[in-house]
Amino acid sequence: MTIAQPAQRGEVSIRDLSKSFTINGRSLNVLKGLDLDVKPGECLVIVGASGSGKTTLLRVLAGLEQADGGRVMIDGAPVSGVGAERAVIFQEPRLLPWLNVLGNVTFGLEVRGVARAEAEERARGYIRLVGLSDFEDAYPRQLSGGMAQRVGIARALTVQPELLLLDEPLGALDAMTKITMQEELFRIWREENVTMIVVTHDLEEAVYLADRVLILPKEKGDTTRLIDVDLPRPRDRSEVRFVRHREALLREFGLH
Amino acid sequence: MSLQQIERPFFVGHEPRRQKSVAGLLRQASEAADGFLARYGMLFSFLTLWQVASSLGWINAAVFPPLNAIVTALWDGLVGGALLDDIAISLQRSGTAFVAAVLVAIPVGLIMGQVRAVERALDPILQVFRQTSALALYPVFILLLGLGEASKIFVIFWATLFPLLLNTIGGVKEVDKKLIEMARVYGASRLTVFRRVVLPGAVPSIFVGLRLSATTALLLLIASEMIGANKGVGFQVMNAQYNFQIPLMFAAILLLAALGLIANFALVALQRRLCRWSEVIG
Repeated sequence: MTIAQPAQRGEVSIRDLSKSFTINGRSLNVLKGLDLDVKPGECLVIVGASGSGKTTLLRVLAGLEQADGGRVMIDGAPVSGVGAERAVIFQEPRLLPWLNVLGNVTFGLEVRGVARAEAEERARGYIRLVGLSDFEDAYPRQLSGGMAQRVGIARALTVQPELLLLDEPLGALDAMTKITMQEELFRIWREENVTMIVVTHDLEEAVYLADRVLILPKEKGDTTRLIDVDLPRPRDRSEVRFVRHREALLREFGLH
Repeated sequence: MSLQQIERPFFVGHEPRRQKSVAGLLRQASEAADGFLARYGMLFSFLTLWQVASSLGWINAAVFPPLNAIVTALWDGLVGGALLDDIAISLQRSGTAFVAAVLVAIPVGLIMGQVRAVERALDPILQVFRQTSALALYPVFILLLGLGEASKIFVIFWATLFPLLLNTIGGVKEVDKKLIEMARVYGASRLTVFRRVVLPGAVPSIFVGLRLSATTALLLLIASEMIGANKGVGFQVMNAQYNFQIPLMFAAILLLAALGLIANFALVALQRRLCRWSEVIG
């Protein structure tokens, strides 16, 4: 028996994707023949050495870069340019310094033509979700790095994307803040039921957040690997299976 | 544990008000006096030294009259109305030129900063014009526009145009590309990006240009009024010197300094209102 469920969206399908850059007259293949499917509501984490094309892949998905070849489909529609069903969270919060927290969080909605009153009401909900209700009137220069990044996250969530693209979102934060923010991201992902694709350097973060981890090859001969992380959530970093997963990832990088 | 508890101390808030006591008030008063002395002590000493040196004849009082003589001359000029006419005509000249420069430089600068092709085409000629001293061109403007108001206003306009234009272009070009990309991700059109990101981001730099231009406007005002004028504060400086009314000459110079300070103060106040989000350096 099937139960009628609202069609969950945020499905990604990538076929034979390639992208190269020309640097000093030399062509550099960053992505070559990549195939990938991301299920609706999944959290996929992308890891890989510097220059392996993690960020490029994310930017192609965001519509900020154009692929040289292959196909990228989101919910069955080919990607061309930026789209309303996607939102990006960058490594830097990228807040507008002349707007306060509320103004920054409503920015995405206002750009899309949502009336101010409605935009502010929706924004307040997400400001509460990231725990910044007391700071609606604060300006970016008054915020710590972690708080500013949470404003950026609230801004992305406010447009209610089906696919959330995160480019090393916690990379610039200190170790303590990072751990709390990982928990926060997990909570948001579960509550918002959104598909997330996260680029990170941090393998522990990868194991903590991911349903699957995509490892992009560094050398030409290497292959792309996908690893399932089937651990119960919320995950316990000190648990044996967690540590084993992390060690398995380290081995992939020849570090253990 | 929630995040706010960890990070709340970072927030810049109001300190709890200190309890008032006589000792506290005295300490506050002495702190304020220290601050005042640190800032204005040198200026005050300079003026005192001038007054004393001039009254006691250490320096030639005919060339450097004592301050009280200068202040008296200034007072007489203002009350008698002689200097008021000069101020009015000078403000009219520099004001007209400054407003014209603002109306031309800001729109042109915004376009040049935004559209690369326009900037590429205009930049070389802009560099040549900018490096040509406005004062050197003054005789040319006199030839073209005559010795009246038009050439005076034009030479001030010419000199004030460039600082404002260059700072507007720079302000637009230096807006963080990452912010522009962020706005694009949310689907902002070019016009929206300009209106919501580029323009507000360029405002601090435009204000730097406005303040430089205001200073330049006064500088060129004086120079233009020293040649072929029969009114104006700059004329008064020259005229008083010819007639050996040295206190009046210094009074006019003092007036010019005051005009410059007021213009700068007004622009800083305006900038503080418009750019509460950034630190304004006064």
